[in-house]
Amino acid sequence: MRRIDSVNDFVIKFANVNGTGSASANNMFAKAVFRMGVPVSPKNIFPSNIQGLPTWYEVRVNEKGYLGRRGGVDFMVCVNPQSMAKDVQEVLPGGYFLYDNTKQLDLRYVRQDVNYIGIPLTDICLREYTDPRKRQLFKNIIYVGALASLFKMDFAVLKNLVSDQFEGKEKLIAPNIHALELGYQYVETHYPDVCGIRVETRDNVGDRILLDGNTATGLGAVYGGATVAAWYPITPSTSVVEGFEKYAGRLRIDPATGRKNFAIIQAEDELAAIGMVIGAAWNGARSFTATSGPGVSLMNEFLGLAYFAEVPAVLIDVQRTGPSTGMPTRTQQSDILISAYASHGDTKHVLLIPSTPHECFTMTADAFDLAERLQTPVIMLTDLDLGMNDHMTEALSWDDSRQYDRGKVYTAEDLDRIGRFGRYLDSDGDGIPYRTYPGTHPTKGSFFTRGTSRDEYAAYTEDGTVYARNMDRLLKKWDTAKTLVPAPVLHQDRNDSKYGIIFYGTSQFSVLEACDGLLEEGIALDAMRIRSFPFSNTVRDFIDSHEAVFVVEQNRDGQMRTLLINELGLSPDRLIPVLNYDGMPITATWVKSKVRERFPGHNVTTLHAKAGESIE
Amino acid sequence: MTYIKPSFRHPELPVNDLGYTKKAYEGAISTLCAGCGHDSISGAIIQACFELSIEPHRVAKLSGIGCSSKTPTYFLGNSHGFNSVHGRMPSIATGANMANRDMIYIGVSGDGDTASIGMGQFVHAVRRNLNMMYVVENNGCYGLTKGQDSATADIGSQTKSGAPNLYEPIDLVTLALDLGATFVARSFSGDKEQLVPLIKAALSHRGFAFIDVISPCVTFNNTGKSTKSYDFVREHIEATGKMDFVPMKEEITTEYEPGNAQDVTMHDGSVMRFLKLDQEFDPTDRRATYNALQDAKEKGDILTGLLYVDPASQELHEVIQTSQKPLRTLTESELCPGQKALDAINAGLR
Ligand SMILES: Cc1ncc(C[n+]2csc(CCOP(=O)(O)OP(=O)(O)O)c2C)c(N)n1
Ligand code: SF4
Ligand SMILES: [Mg+2]
Repeated sequence: MRRIDSVNDFVIKFANVNGTGSASANNMFAKAVFRMGVPVSPKNIFPSNIQGLPTWYEVRVNEKGYLGRRGGVDFMVCVNPQSMAKDVQEVLPGGYFLYDNTKQLDLRYVRQDVNYIGIPLTDICLREYTDPRKRQLFKNIIYVGALASLFKMDFAVLKNLVSDQFEGKEKLIAPNIHALELGYQYVETHYPDVCGIRVETRDNVGDRILLDGNTATGLGAVYGGATVAAWYPITPSTSVVEGFEKYAGRLRIDPATGRKNFAIIQAEDELAAIGMVIGAAWNGARSFTATSGPGVSLMNEFLGLAYFAEVPAVLIDVQRTGPSTGMPTRTQQSDILISAYASHGDTKHVLLIPSTPHECFTMTADAFDLAERLQTPVIMLTDLDLGMNDHMTEALSWDDSRQYDRGKVYTAEDLDRIGRFGRYLDSDGDGIPYRTYPGTHPTKGSFFTRGTSRDEYAAYTEDGTVYARNMDRLLKKWDTAKTLVPAPVLHQDRNDSKYGIIFYGTSQFSVLEACDGLLEEGIALDAMRIRSFPFSNTVRDFIDSHEAVFVVEQNRDGQMRTLLINELGLSPDRLIPVLNYDGMPITATWVKSKVRERFPGHNVTTLHAKAGESIE
Repeated sequence: MTYIKPSFRHPELPVNDLGYTKKAYEGAISTLCAGCGHDSISGAIIQACFELSIEPHRVAKLSGIGCSSKTPTYFLGNSHGFNSVHGRMPSIATGANMANRDMIYIGVSGDGDTASIGMGQFVHAVRRNLNMMYVVENNGCYGLTKGQDSATADIGSQTKSGAPNLYEPIDLVTLALDLGATFVARSFSGDKEQLVPLIKAALSHRGFAFIDVISPCVTFNNTGKSTKSYDFVREHIEATGKMDFVPMKEEITTEYEPGNAQDVTMHDGSVMRFLKLDQEFDPTDRRATYNALQDAKEKGDILTGLLYVDPASQELHEVIQTSQKPLRTLTESELCPGQKALDAINAGLR
């Protein structure tokens, strides 16, 4: 029978039952590969449920460092009878299916083109353990040990991992190593040479780390100086505030008093959460909230207030599959438009769009500087894939000489010096006025913050001219924002194809892999990753310098494309949507197939742009 | 930092301990209807802050939307104000308070703003014992949108529209008590003598100090068939007692008959001297309050005055143990753990 043979390039998927402790075992496998110097990209595929439903963990191992979801499964570890029928079908021809053969395999699940590896996991556990909970937990560790033998992995790496993981709980080390050995030995004895997949030690990871975007975001908020966090629990954003709490709890305790140099309020809903953020920022603290689509919908009214009254706010939106409750545990990039234009009236909001956990960390810290500099909400858009899955990412770093940019704030001394204070005066010509914190000066600098129209001195007005003047100043501020937000990343020194491809957020991994693949097929694309809104001139120039540009997104309606067309006044024909919206992270294969559709006969023609040559 | 500036003033105008006349506590000219109860409440807030010698800029004024929520413009002109969105003042106040625990927070809301659209935020501010004074200017209607019944309107009460209200009222006072509020009072905009000391006590309370002030809307709900009209309230008002608020620095001189007075010492050492009208009533006994409220209700009366206070109240900052220094004053050295801590974190992620 055909057998997939591969070294350091495969996809393994674990089919488990939610709530059985499989997550940490599966994680142990991924981390072992990572510690062997081979890039990995694990993804949890989980139900909106706490216990009892099928859950999957898919790990792509790729020594070249392609970290996007590949699609297709080379090796399936199936310990969930519930999903077995479907799981068997997913295995690629020549692939492997590891299952618990304590019970004989249902004949309907037998495929002729798949290699079956039966291990009596339940039997081994019944023999070894008496406690039912241990039987369940160690079953997972046993199959990890089996994989180590099948893939000829460095067993010492696994042993070290276990020791590190249970540091402080030394009692647990020996039993876990024993469980690993049970699996390892079973395979050595019964299946010495059935598997053609190998994990070999490499040096392709450098000093990178394995981290999820939400934890990185929470940590970014600690480093960025956030002191007030207000939130309402919602998947997939919950672990942002949990990450903040975890690190602040360690790193932000006043040594003298043991008190907290931060406050976390679990709000009654997302309206209250964003209200608290706005209240705290108005009063001079750095504050943030984290939510997902349904929460953003609720926050609209307040976001409009913060935009119009010019109060800083940092909002992390970890996007999930909408609309409504949609698929709450699946990923999507479908809050672009609601975030960009949140609230009634004419509003626009600054968006930051990271692609990696490292960028989640830096952009979160930068978000506070931007929000205070621009005195406006800054919304960071991540997604479930980035937020909740571990990603291999650059080690985090911080410039210890960095000072926070607290923006334009008058002190009492300034107020004594400047004469009459005008909260909404454009003194510097950049559209950004000066503010004062409450309590600054006994007789100067107080003003009334309101969502109603007002003049430059914050006095209520219904004078249309004054209102319009203020709205125009807000646009001027918007232009200033263009110069401050993170620039897009161009993936080539020079744009020399006629065709471009634009993407953002978690599509990066798959798009870059697709570009490499397409180039081998003769389709060259210039690539640009958008990292923020408003769009800088580089974005416009990139689009202008190409005949057509693919816009890759993980939503149905091409929301970023719409935003580009609307904001830059572009002709829709030039922007070709490449859309994935099934809730799973986009794959390189998908991107390639969608791009190819635009190039009939693509396999023969080399498409490096030459003047005057047209492809379609 | 304190700013006490000697400034020229008319020798006859009384000044407070800071050397300020009452003028320093006033705001812009009110644009509410002449006779609106809300203006009297603004006047009482001005008087209380003046008498307490509060530095105006140490106060933050917060409100939602409504005629009542407009009033912070009309008092304490040297304080920052935040007129937020309808029903959401409690969240703004919570965030503001978290940022700086050293200021005094005055929240002003309406019965629509609090008992309908803002109910969710109100109840949670109460249960968190947020350190603020929260005043509901309760007129039983939506003044700003022209007089619709609000959720505090009594069954059968009629506004200018003429149709009797069909639904059970929400009594914010009992609700606040149920939620564990640590300071609960009710008053009437027309009774300044009662309202001013209540506001002073509320401002000195550490925790959520709630005052439900019946405040007639002369334009839409001052009819002969309204239970929130001046006439109706004057006829049915009943008080738990008379209260004096004695700041810490002053000697207690009020005369009283033994057995009828009760002193409640506030966290800052000031004393609320409570002269009971009913011997049984004890404002630190929640059960007594429920009984008194129930008795008044059965008689068709409106019970006013200080209804409940917990002198041992622990405000939110104490509950969650935030730093004594206001969070907004912390700087990089206290906030940012730096590269070294990051190195350790990185090492744990490999
Ligand atoms: C979201 C929203 N819905 C409706 C309104 C319209 N509105 C403004 S004030 C108000 C009612 C105010 O009533 P209340 O709080 O009792 O204040 P009053 O005017 O009676 O003092 C309403 C419904 C609004 N501003 N915002
Ligand atoms: S409408 Fe009623 S509540 Fe509003 S200002 Fe006039 S009297 Fe006061
Ligand atoms: Mg009202």
